[in-house]
Amino acid sequence: MTSAAVPPPQRAANAPDPWLRDPLAELLLTMADDEFVSGFTDSEWTGIAPLLEEDVAISSISQDELGHARALYQLLAGVLDDGRDEDAIAFDREPEDYRHARLLDHPRGDWASTIARRFLYELADEARLASIGDGWPPLADLVGKLRREERYHRMHLVAWVNRLANGGEEARRRLTAALEELGPDAATVFTPLAGEGTLLEAGILTRSMADAESAWRADLTGILVPLGLPLPHAMPQSPAGRQGHSDAFRWLWGEFTAVRHSEDGATW
Amino acid sequence: MVMTMPARAMRPDRPTPQAVLAALDGVPDPEIPAVSIVELGMIGSIDVGADEIVVELLPTFVGCPALEVIRDAVTARVAELGRPVRVEVSFATPWSSDRISNAGREKLRASGFAPPAAVRPGRELPMLDAAVAPVACPYCGSLRTTLENVFGPTQCRSIRHCADCRQPFESFKPV
Repeated sequence: MTSAAVPPPQRAANAPDPWLRDPLAELLLTMADDEFVSGFTDSEWTGIAPLLEEDVAISSISQDELGHARALYQLLAGVLDDGRDEDAIAFDREPEDYRHARLLDHPRGDWASTIARRFLYELADEARLASIGDGWPPLADLVGKLRREERYHRMHLVAWVNRLANGGEEARRRLTAALEELGPDAATVFTPLAGEGTLLEAGILTRSMADAESAWRADLTGILVPLGLPLPHAMPQSPAGRQGHSDAFRWLWGEFTAVRHSEDGATW
Repeated sequence: MVMTMPARAMRPDRPTPQAVLAALDGVPDPEIPAVSIVELGMIGSIDVGADEIVVELLPTFVGCPALEVIRDAVTARVAELGRPVRVEVSFATPWSSDRISNAGREKLRASGFAPPAAVRPGRELPMLDAAVAPVACPYCGSLRTTLENVFGPTQCRSIRHCADCRQPFESFKPV
């Protein structure tokens, strides 16, 4: 992520109406933080993934997610228009100010844990992207592009879930344990947004987070049930789904802000 | 208006969009210099206005790390035409690998990259369906190739293997 010299595209022309600003900023921040944190978490595999091919794959997926986060933070910078660029938003916050879902607060873990977490997240992200309407063109345009790229992530993670489920006793046991451990936090991607009603009214969202969650559960059921794997339980939703982060995230935050904090104000 | 006319008269003639496009055809892709960004289909609209030239740049992948380099190269190249230039990175037209021109595909092949199978509306992930969209080895032309890894050394490339000449090669990801 570089360069304050890149202006967020068409800021003035596409500035949202004032009444949309806060709800839109909330949506963009949650989407961007999810992509950013999940990208950084899985980039921890670079160099140490169980197979060379998978080292390349998980690194490429992580790079995609960080790029998606950057594009979303750029849109957010334009909406907030408070002088911060995408790097400032991404790196200059305290850990408790991040709004990623609690599902993504879990540490990298073993390979089955990474596959389970990313599988649950990719399918949730897909359901969320499918809920974005054309109410604000800059986001609708970006989402159209993101969905083309995310198809590859879904395909890869579904293939890995099948592989581990059918890959012998140990692989299946580890995957099952990981799905059970993550289950209570899995649906936090769909934590209701404070401004959801406004976003629906403006056509920025075409369905509620609750409806997106239902679509995601149907999608998961079609994959996990035939494999005999556990589905995440339905849990009551609350704002806590995107607050109060784990020690694992605090450690990750220290890692991904280290360069930024090493020399305040430096550009490269 | 009257005040600006003498200054205008000193400027070179306003270039046509075709002339701008021709200039941009000289900007190579930083990672595969054999093809230009025009051949890759990365240029959307070109608007030659009275005061500036606006070029719409379509990123191949949202997170492409070469984008900054490409944007700077586009700015520098168009500036040679003697007018202020503004480059707008845009997703309004999502870049698709179907935008790569025939000339671009030939140059990719000559450089050892298999061009992407057609995506076309309604068909998902054609690279995985060898019966529908076989990928020819760029070295020997054999269609007996297999996908080794959807993900490759850059976001836009995959890794394949040829069963005939036993050569690994990269292919452009259909997207």
